[in-house]
Amino acid sequence: MSTPMLSYTNLNTPVHRLTGVTKLVFFMVWALTAMIIYDTRCLLVMLVLGLVIFGMARVPFQQYSFVLYLILVFFLLNQVAIFLFSPLYGVELYGSQHDIVHIAGRYTLTWEQLFYQFNVALKYAVVIPIALLFLLVTDPSEFASSLNRIGVSYKIAYSVAIALRYIPDVQQDFQNIAFSAQARGIDISRKEKIGKRLKNVISILMPLILTSVERIEKISTAMELRGFGRKNKRTWYKSRPFQTGDYVALTLVILVAVVSFAVTFADGSRFYNIFE
Amino acid sequence: MRKPVIQFQDFSFQYRAQSEPTLHHINLTIYAGEKVLIVGPSGSGKSTLSHCMNGLIPFFYQGEMSGSLQIGGQESRELSIAELSDRVGTVLQDPDGQFVGLTVAEDIAFKLENDRVPQAEMIRRVTGAAETVKFATFLEASPQSLSGGQKQKTTLAGVLVSEADVLLFDEPLASLDPYTGRMTVDLIDRIHRETGRTVVIIEHRLEDMLHRHVDRIIVVNDGQIAADMTPAELLCSGMLRETGIREPLYLNALRYAGCIITPDMQPQHIDTIRLDDCIPVLNDWYHGQQGDTAVSAAEPILELQHVSFGYSKSNPVLHDVSLTVRRGEMVCIAGRNGAGKSTISKLICGFYRPTSGQILLGGRDLAGDTIKERADQIGFVMQNPNHMLSKPLIYDEVALGLRTRGVPEEEIQQRVHDVLQVCGLYPFRSWPVSALSYGQKKRVTIASILVLRPEILILDEPTAGQDYRHYNEMMEFLMELNAQGITIIMITHDMYLMMEYGQRTIVLSEGKKIADDVPARVLSDEAIVAAAHLKTTSLHELAVRSGVGEPSELVSRFIAYDRGMRQS
Repeated sequence: MSTPMLSYTNLNTPVHRLTGVTKLVFFMVWALTAMIIYDTRCLLVMLVLGLVIFGMARVPFQQYSFVLYLILVFFLLNQVAIFLFSPLYGVELYGSQHDIVHIAGRYTLTWEQLFYQFNVALKYAVVIPIALLFLLVTDPSEFASSLNRIGVSYKIAYSVAIALRYIPDVQQDFQNIAFSAQARGIDISRKEKIGKRLKNVISILMPLILTSVERIEKISTAMELRGFGRKNKRTWYKSRPFQTGDYVALTLVILVAVVSFAVTFADGSRFYNIFE
Repeated sequence: MRKPVIQFQDFSFQYRAQSEPTLHHINLTIYAGEKVLIVGPSGSGKSTLSHCMNGLIPFFYQGEMSGSLQIGGQESRELSIAELSDRVGTVLQDPDGQFVGLTVAEDIAFKLENDRVPQAEMIRRVTGAAETVKFATFLEASPQSLSGGQKQKTTLAGVLVSEADVLLFDEPLASLDPYTGRMTVDLIDRIHRETGRTVVIIEHRLEDMLHRHVDRIIVVNDGQIAADMTPAELLCSGMLRETGIREPLYLNALRYAGCIITPDMQPQHIDTIRLDDCIPVLNDWYHGQQGDTAVSAAEPILELQHVSFGYSKSNPVLHDVSLTVRRGEMVCIAGRNGAGKSTISKLICGFYRPTSGQILLGGRDLAGDTIKERADQIGFVMQNPNHMLSKPLIYDEVALGLRTRGVPEEEIQQRVHDVLQVCGLYPFRSWPVSALSYGQKKRVTIASILVLRPEILILDEPTAGQDYRHYNEMMEFLMELNAQGITIIMITHDMYLMMEYGQRTIVLSEGKKIADDVPARVLSDEAIVAAAHLKTTSLHELAVRSGVGEPSELVSRFIAYDRGMRQS
């Protein structure tokens, strides 16, 4: 079996040691800030900070390589699409036009467009490391408890956590089912024609759904018998008091957000204009 | 004056979806501090009885109740399922599917978290419960990474952490190997003595449970209490044979020898039974019997030659395993969880490829064959039938393998009908699969493989989760198939199965083959038994205590006699 993708491993770095609430709040504030602002200076500072934090967590590359490649592909598609659909959007934004080269028809490459797309790329680069990190350093039950702490009902929070927990088991079931199906001649590999293959996949899904329903019934009786849901609130065994690290992280992210918004909106626009 | 903690009075229950009541007029009282064992065949209502005690009935499974059930002096229907869980703590079977915490500690704490116990008290109580089961060093481990016995300890601690007076065990031995099962029985006994809580155990493996003292045994049959007596009385009553519960092996042997068993002989445990009067009778019987240690000398049908395999390079699962299965044999492959026994079957079927070594079928190397090609000759039946069933109707399910192979429809019909006859499923052919019992579903999966006419049938734990009667039916069915010439390989840690039906047992330990012999000798070798997480049988102790014969020889003569009895 290969290295589990995007799965939590406790490496006990300063980043891992943060409480779940800190991780969740940090991620949300960070992502929101990066999505709103277009100020190149702030984004650059955030990029450096994000990469430093990512480095501190020392997560092994194999654990996220596949997802990273996937994101990069979408990122490139997105960049191409922006240019195809609105090649002069940068010009519109920054109110000036410095042509580099005329390509064809309405497609002219301008410094404004390049700068705009550079900013979009930068936003990706700021959000992706922190988003990946959030997935890689938060364990599922901690995630549930932090969702609960920021106000989500613990029943919903727990369902999410349990679903995450049982993904490897369902994968194992799927493999067993697929093996026995293949032995009976149900082929789901590329050798089969697409229509037939789709039908075959469905005949594998049926036992998978049945076994999953069985699993759900088992776990919900077990939870029910241990008093789950009897009260509107519950306590958490693993809830940890805030440590210095948490205060540092939260201060940092709030500082980044406040400064970024202040700098960005100081001149009354989300965009940092180098063409004036 | 003994204080009743659970009291059924003229209690009946009928599931909403069923036309007949499952429990009829139950009168049963369990007193504080007792240790009670409830036995009964599948479908007798013993699980229903336990669901009534812990509140799953009527809160999770709905239906019609009448009469009275008092838990801790209060009518159960006036309590919520959560309040009931404060009084009756349940340890469910199969710990695997019910872990909710990421660490052992969180899993143990789950009940306390739901009860809003403050964190400091929670940590103190979790540590206390873990120490009671001698498991405190594992608090930070992930439950999924534990062995079967450790998982059982985690779920047990998760119940001990509450203040429930009654501990209810629902088939605690169901998914455990014989060795871990014995450890669990010891553990339950120690918890009972040390905490003084009331213990109620639902289990059909009577001999394993009687390894430690039990105050009372209640036999449930057809939704009624068929017996309520001490173990000694029950073992002498003939009730076990009537209700289809397996009697302990040593008593079975003594009965074959013609000994009369009476309650004052203390027959409930092999260490306590007074054998004085039995020894001469047993001795005469022993000398009149012959063991059967012949192994098949037919041509090899399946050979593994120096097979090694690992899912990753750093973590080999099988090292240099060689074994031969001969045509027409019925062989068991045993070993503890993770010893590589399931991996062997997956290699034979071609789901994985060996890293080195060869697998030969009838002398031909299988390396170039696809999964589907191998499946024409080697059928593989999984442990969980729900992993294999993909069609709503039985006929379609069995026909599936032939349809994907492009067999003409008239021939399909003929072959499916034939195989349904063989499997005793012909009357059900147009039924939906979902209407069948667990054992019948298992038969459907076997039928769906048999219809491809394989020469070899590999079954993963063919009798898991089945009571004695269904076990016998399944195994007699496999014997019939075997008599028709199909070679059968069973992956199992059921020792009765090995003794009663295995012609040969191959034992794996840590990816190596450590034994390959007739079951009587394998099960009498203490080193092998320990390595494979099996245990020696009570016949072994009977031989030692009575001084009649060599242990392995007594086992061997018992097996031969027992098989003779079955065939007649």
